[in-house]
Amino acid sequence: MYAQMIKSEATQDDPEKLAAFQARIDAGEKIEPKDWMPEGYRKTLIRQIGQHAHSEIVGQLPEGNWITRAPTLERKAILLAKVQDEAGHGLYLYCAAETLGISRDEMTEMLLDGRMKYSSIFNYPTLNWADIGAVGWLVDGAAIMNQVPLQRTSYGPYSRAMIRVCKEESFHQRQGYDVIRRMAEGTPEQKKMAQDALNRLWYPSLMMFGPSDKDSVHSAQSMKWKIKMNTNDELRQKFVDQTVPQAEYLGLTIPDPDLKWNEERGHYDFTDPDWNEFFDVIKGNGPCNADRLAARNKAWKDGQWVRDGMLAHARKKAARKHAAE
Amino acid sequence: MTAAAAKAQPALTQQEAFVQFLLRMGDNTLILGHRVSEWCGHAPVLEEDIALANIALDLIGQTQIWLGLAADVQGEGKSADDLAFLRDAWDFRNLLLVEMPNGDFGQTLMRQFLFDAWHGLMLEQLKSSSDERVAAIAEKASKEVAYHFERSAETVISLGDGTEESHNRMQAALDYLWPYVGEMFLSDEIDAAMEQAGIAPDPTTLRDAYDTRVSDVLAEATLTIPESRFAQKGGRTGQMHTEHLGHLLTQMQWLQRAYPGAKW
Repeated sequence: MYAQMIKSEATQDDPEKLAAFQARIDAGEKIEPKDWMPEGYRKTLIRQIGQHAHSEIVGQLPEGNWITRAPTLERKAILLAKVQDEAGHGLYLYCAAETLGISRDEMTEMLLDGRMKYSSIFNYPTLNWADIGAVGWLVDGAAIMNQVPLQRTSYGPYSRAMIRVCKEESFHQRQGYDVIRRMAEGTPEQKKMAQDALNRLWYPSLMMFGPSDKDSVHSAQSMKWKIKMNTNDELRQKFVDQTVPQAEYLGLTIPDPDLKWNEERGHYDFTDPDWNEFFDVIKGNGPCNADRLAARNKAWKDGQWVRDGMLAHARKKAARKHAAE
Repeated sequence: MTAAAAKAQPALTQQEAFVQFLLRMGDNTLILGHRVSEWCGHAPVLEEDIALANIALDLIGQTQIWLGLAADVQGEGKSADDLAFLRDAWDFRNLLLVEMPNGDFGQTLMRQFLFDAWHGLMLEQLKSSSDERVAAIAEKASKEVAYHFERSAETVISLGDGTEESHNRMQAALDYLWPYVGEMFLSDEIDAAMEQAGIAPDPTTLRDAYDTRVSDVLAEATLTIPESRFAQKGGRTGQMHTEHLGHLLTQMQWLQRAYPGAKW
């Protein structure tokens, strides 16, 4: 997931070309890197895919927070494998974005100086072990909800990346659910951890789908271009409908007293997240924004000598090879 | 402990010696796997994040099998998790090298390289262990470790032969960690019992091959091996770990200690 609040770029291209481009999209064709595309389409996608990639990278931090405290060897191994998958997702999403004419290093710099965003969810802390379960169950669950339709997105490299990502994310979600199920069925303290995790992560998970449709001004163009497939509210409703029975099965209470099944609509009615909080987090005032960005900046800065050293060696090696020929 | 005090201890049974050997193997991979996992999300470049997680994962996977077998042979109804999460520092049998802190990326990779070079040689020998279970673990693990060695050696070469700064950092890492190499080749009555039973080689016999392996890579990395062969020791016997191990265990074992008996 993880593309929130992506502003569609205005486009000032040749109307004929634009019409032909739109016709291809309407016909369900995939746009490939060498094809002509409107500048707005290209820029919007860079921002969307880049934000998704950044989310995978920053998302390592809240989970990494518990790798060293995982309670069993098996849980530690599963979490390591998951975080490794996510770094891998980051890698091929960056590659997909690079096909649009931007480098990974440029995107990294933009993340580090705040010009590009990552999903708001990773600005919330993971405070107990059940959070690791809740991240898999809710956060990956919400991500999948968003990504499954994106497998059909119009941009070929993005669509193919999503197909691969979705397979692994479904696996992560099942693992997350297994962690929280074990705790919900466990000792009173474990059950308390599970409920605490759900209490803290429920609304931030709902926020992952972005603002309410009535406030989401950029959706129309992106939907026309098929780089956004459903509205925010549609996906959020689908997520709630899917998740409520799972919480009931676990014996956990969703922290929303007004949550109830609406027979007429065939959906659950639920309370919206606090959108002021959402915009605060987007602006940088979430509980972990400063720490997350500081950690990524430190990793990048501390790693400079490593990247320089590797590059210098590669050049020396190439020069030696050249001299020997 | 003095030599006289050591001798005064009753001789270990074959079973006890075997358990100690298995703990040595499993604790090495556990502690190093844990250390490497501390890097999660903080590596210098995305590919390194992936590689470090991958290596930590391999090592934790190997730990599950080594400690699982140790628990079986011990026959006290314990699990691999009991051994990993409920022993105190003095019962750990890992080399001091693997409990050393990560330091910078260079120190982490140098530690990995110095360990991988030994680990690969050891597992190669263990493939022909008289104990089929040990041979089977070695067969599986040696494939993973061959990759670990290839990667850590390549990285040590790149950074040793990179910029002046990367060279200096790698030399500093080598100087710092070299005193912890010798412990890998020390031999005691447990090793003698293992050798006699054909379960594992006498560690002293691995030194020549190790020196060749390591010096080839370090020469290419333009790094200088310190002359002193002084060896810090006490990890694999459990007689004296570093101060670092206790902190690592505090973090690793916290949930199991705070909520005894809970199933996770």
